[in-house]
Amino acid sequence: MGDTVSFEGLVGPHLDYMYAFAHKLVGDREAAEDVVQDALLRAYRGMDKLRNHERPRFWLTKIVSSVCMDRFRRERRREHDVSIDDKHQFSLFDTLVEEDPFPYSDRLHLDFLDLFDDERLIAALGRLHPAHRTALVLAYVYGFKAREIAELTNTTVGTVLSRLQRGRGQLERALWDCARERGLVEGAGS
Amino acid sequence: MIDCKAAVQRLWGYLDRNLEQAGEEELEQHLGLCRHCCGELEFAKQIRDRLAAGVAADKVEPPVRERLEEFIRGLEGSR
Repeated sequence: MGDTVSFEGLVGPHLDYMYAFAHKLVGDREAAEDVVQDALLRAYRGMDKLRNHERPRFWLTKIVSSVCMDRFRRERRREHDVSIDDKHQFSLFDTLVEEDPFPYSDRLHLDFLDLFDDERLIAALGRLHPAHRTALVLAYVYGFKAREIAELTNTTVGTVLSRLQRGRGQLERALWDCARERGLVEGAGS
Repeated sequence: MIDCKAAVQRLWGYLDRNLEQAGEEELEQHLGLCRHCCGELEFAKQIRDRLAAGVAADKVEPPVRERLEEFIRGLEGSR
């Protein structure tokens, strides 16, 4: 068919998105490039599906998520997963009030969040359990609904909601730990 | 009425509109009386906004884009 769009024409408009999404999941630019290449290969093998898909970006999101999860399973390198204890509820809001890292601030909580540029935020996200991080990024960075995340990650809505709940708690803890380890909140007690 | 611990656990679900109606009403009743949890709610919104703001920075660096486009051309050439 003369009007068939090339593979490059199909995926080209989504390259920025695929790369940025992969970067947020794997936390490293080089690894993100590898993930996108693997995802492109899988997408190429399923090109007819991509061509006929009503939401190509959704389909590509699913592929990138899947490549990342395969990578996490292979590497099993997430030592930080166990360091974040989400059994005990941690409140970043309360911790900031108690530790008061910016004594002269009248916008303490916003000042704390302002410490986090994209790279630092990605570093904090990197401390979360991969499944929780994936759910969190899909929901809050890209705005997918819980039922969409369930479809994208081959799980149930209940599991997604549970991952979001735990991921949010882990993120609060990770933001605080990152800030302290990088000396961004010097003076805060241990 | 629910206590602060239960309220805080529901805040993000409330923001995501994932709570059942009864749970939402209980939380709103608590928020109406608890300044601390209103602060927690505001902070949860700020964290959400910070996460969403990351999208604006989504750009592949030119050398990476070139390599990816070359990879795509390689796939198409392998047919």
